[in-house]
Amino acid sequence: MSDDLKLLDDVANSEYKWGFVSNIESDNAPKGLNEDIVRFISAKKNEPEWLLEYRLKAFRHWQTMTEPVWPNVTYPKVDFQDIIYYSAPKPKVQLDSLDDLDPEIKATFDKLGISLEEQKRLANVAVDAVIDSVSVKTTFREALLEKGIIFSSFSEAVHEHPELIKKYLGSVVPYTDNFYAALNAAVFSDGSFCYIPKGVRCPMELSTYFRINSAGTGQFERTLIIADEGSYVSYLEGCTAPMRDENQLHAAVVEIVSHAEAQVKYSTVQNWYPGDKNGKGGIFNFVTKRGICLGNKSKISWTQVETGSAVTWKYPSVILKGDNSVGEFYSVAVTNNMQQADTGTKMIHIGKNTSSTIISKGISGGRSHNSYRGLVKINKSADNARNFSQCDSLLLGDQCGAHTFPYLEVSNKSAMVEHEATTSKVGEDQIFYCNQRGISTEDAVGLIVNGYCKEVFNQLPMEFAVEAQKLLAISLEGSVG
Amino acid sequence: MSTLQETKNTILISAVFENWVNASPRVNAFAATIQEAAHSFLKQGIPTTKHEEWKYTNVTKLATTDFQISANNNTLKKVDVKEMKVTADAVIVVLENGVVNKEASNLEALPKGIHIGSIHDMLDNAVVKKHFLQHADYKTEPFVALNTATFSDAVCIIADANVEMETPIQLMMVNTCFEYCDYVPVRILVVADKNASIHVVETFESFSHTNSIFVNAVSEVVVAENAKVNYVKLQDDPLNTTHINYHRVAMARDSYQHLTTLSLGGGLVRNNLNIRLGDVNCTAYLNGLTVARHKQLVDHHTAVDHAMPHCYSNELYKNLIDDQAQGVFNGKIFVRKDAQKTNAFQSNKNLLLSDDAIMNAKPQLEIFADDVKCSHGATIGQLDDESLFYLRARGIGEDAARALLNHAFAAEVMEGIAHEGVKEKMLDILNDKLK
Repeated sequence: MSDDLKLLDDVANSEYKWGFVSNIESDNAPKGLNEDIVRFISAKKNEPEWLLEYRLKAFRHWQTMTEPVWPNVTYPKVDFQDIIYYSAPKPKVQLDSLDDLDPEIKATFDKLGISLEEQKRLANVAVDAVIDSVSVKTTFREALLEKGIIFSSFSEAVHEHPELIKKYLGSVVPYTDNFYAALNAAVFSDGSFCYIPKGVRCPMELSTYFRINSAGTGQFERTLIIADEGSYVSYLEGCTAPMRDENQLHAAVVEIVSHAEAQVKYSTVQNWYPGDKNGKGGIFNFVTKRGICLGNKSKISWTQVETGSAVTWKYPSVILKGDNSVGEFYSVAVTNNMQQADTGTKMIHIGKNTSSTIISKGISGGRSHNSYRGLVKINKSADNARNFSQCDSLLLGDQCGAHTFPYLEVSNKSAMVEHEATTSKVGEDQIFYCNQRGISTEDAVGLIVNGYCKEVFNQLPMEFAVEAQKLLAISLEGSVG
Repeated sequence: MSTLQETKNTILISAVFENWVNASPRVNAFAATIQEAAHSFLKQGIPTTKHEEWKYTNVTKLATTDFQISANNNTLKKVDVKEMKVTADAVIVVLENGVVNKEASNLEALPKGIHIGSIHDMLDNAVVKKHFLQHADYKTEPFVALNTATFSDAVCIIADANVEMETPIQLMMVNTCFEYCDYVPVRILVVADKNASIHVVETFESFSHTNSIFVNAVSEVVVAENAKVNYVKLQDDPLNTTHINYHRVAMARDSYQHLTTLSLGGGLVRNNLNIRLGDVNCTAYLNGLTVARHKQLVDHHTAVDHAMPHCYSNELYKNLIDDQAQGVFNGKIFVRKDAQKTNAFQSNKNLLLSDDAIMNAKPQLEIFADDVKCSHGATIGQLDDESLFYLRARGIGEDAARALLNHAFAAEVMEGIAHEGVKEKMLDILNDKLK
């Protein structure tokens, strides 16, 4: 009994390590959303006319749309007039070196374990750090530029490479796509932009770190990655937010364009604040992520570890347009307490000999609900398309739920589509086996769950894999009854 | 939820249906329920493809066809239906255009404890009173609402406690209308009381090949404590028929039900199977086979609802889709919070046999209990080239080899049919179909 109490204590104290608020002065737009706010954001960023036009078009379209209700989640309705759509750390001066960075911001990232300086010296990772709405610093830019790789904040790219932005912005996720994509297109504030030229293999991992800091704000970033013919890039994304009682909205858009024989690997460790044990507060994570394999033999691979957010709905997708292109989706989604996740993928096969793999592992504990929703669509043109999907769910308590909603739509007879899904709990015999060998029940569950997720963790870059394992352990603490 | 908003915007009801559901009830004894169902239908309308449950199956055509409610004149005699018997000794109940035809049926020598007849003759039966119109949910199912509001006759099959009947009971649904576009509501109630055991076979056939026919069938099956029901549904309507079938099974503790659906015909066929394992230790099997050709669309929607612990369900659905036909499968398994120690399995296998064939599958698990073993699997593909080669290398022509492999694929579904005579007959029908 006392063990249980101690455990509860531990849980209460160690739940969410990233819940601090940094005292960074910020420059906010007034609350609410109208055309003026859209113009305000655009003016703040000093944007060219065509981008403002794009934003306004998106905004007008957004006004005609209604919030989607089909996901298997319930949450209080978002009041879109009660959100600050633009928040930037102040003072915002052009940064020349890391030394110019606000020490508070630097300290924030140090606390997060994303020491920008250390990253620069030791780890071979280029980082773009985004606080609230604005990209604060991109490291390693010069080194990358030597190879012709462009890695910068989105707003800088708008000024420096307008032709690329014009060509690709909205080409994968048009603003008409869905409610949140339209909203994002209207009010997106910043994000990362990345271009890998022909035949270049990006020598390091590119990484974006997102942090919501200010209260009452929403975060709407936009990431655009273009891999030209024969190039390769591995991209990492991490996110955290402070603990607040209110729900904050995060509606991002990620677009990936992979040309012939190019490969893009996109990894996410999503750890937005999930709310407290009773479901108070937390981030609403409504994200549209999509990639397109344009040419022959191009490849896009999504790996995600979803442990945070009060409500998640997110379906990283791949449009397999080029012949022989490959799409992959590896996901671990963990929900605990009152969290809800509705996540999965879409694989749209258009080209010949295209193949896709989906491995999804859902783990639910507490009173949480975890849904897999996925679409595999084989078009008539997609001869010899191949898909393999596996969706497993693990239940850790008798109050939680696991749901699977796969859609398989096949219009070509040469297609081979396989889907399997299982749901079960951690076997008592497995736990007993560990207990016998002196491993506590808590550790045993950690061990078993880690083994269960191995298939996905193996896909992550090294640094992230370690982080993901730790995160998983923290997310599951106290979920064993 | 906005689904209400959606249906409001897109509500489709033809004037014909509206007139029928507003007319006075044809079976007065249940007037209140019938009226409620009528209101419910007018609220729901004919679903459009925006409705998640009807995403792949477009039935909006029904709202624009000028249907006539089927005439109640019975024309068939015993000799006319002889050919369609599943076994020589089967007890036959004929529903001609949705109305019980006593002349063509052979209900004269029923075993003791078995009661079969039209609802109009069985209104005094306590079991009928208790269960009739009570199980199929017209509040959420528009076609159940339409059926409940418009049926003019129904067939009831009651097996008293402890009665075991080996001979199959065949419900023979026959359409004989040649003049109009016909709307045929079919209503069935089957009750197996405590420890009873029966075999039921539904067959759908039509003598009318020219006009559009819309069959709207609702079957309610009640399986009481420790009772056993083996049920086969054979749907072999002609291509002019739209067939919407709702089958609801309510299971009590320790009961067993085995259901096999064979969809071999019909222009547009939609099967809604809804099995509720309402108490402990129930066992349910659901098997289904589709052979779709031409421009057929065959849709199976199954929902297995595990409400209580220690139950077992197993589902096997196979589809052979040829020509420009389309197949749809949606299999839901719900495991409720209290339904611990549930074992629920589902398998859906599909063969696409032509370039224009389409298959849409959506297996679905919704699980709220942790101590369960649940799985589903779905595959879509074509015949294995190696198997084909193996047969051809042994001197079997390509067509024959394909037929053999298709048959092997399909026959697995038939293996579960408990009654040997019925199984043989079904295999024969399947063989003809696959030739």
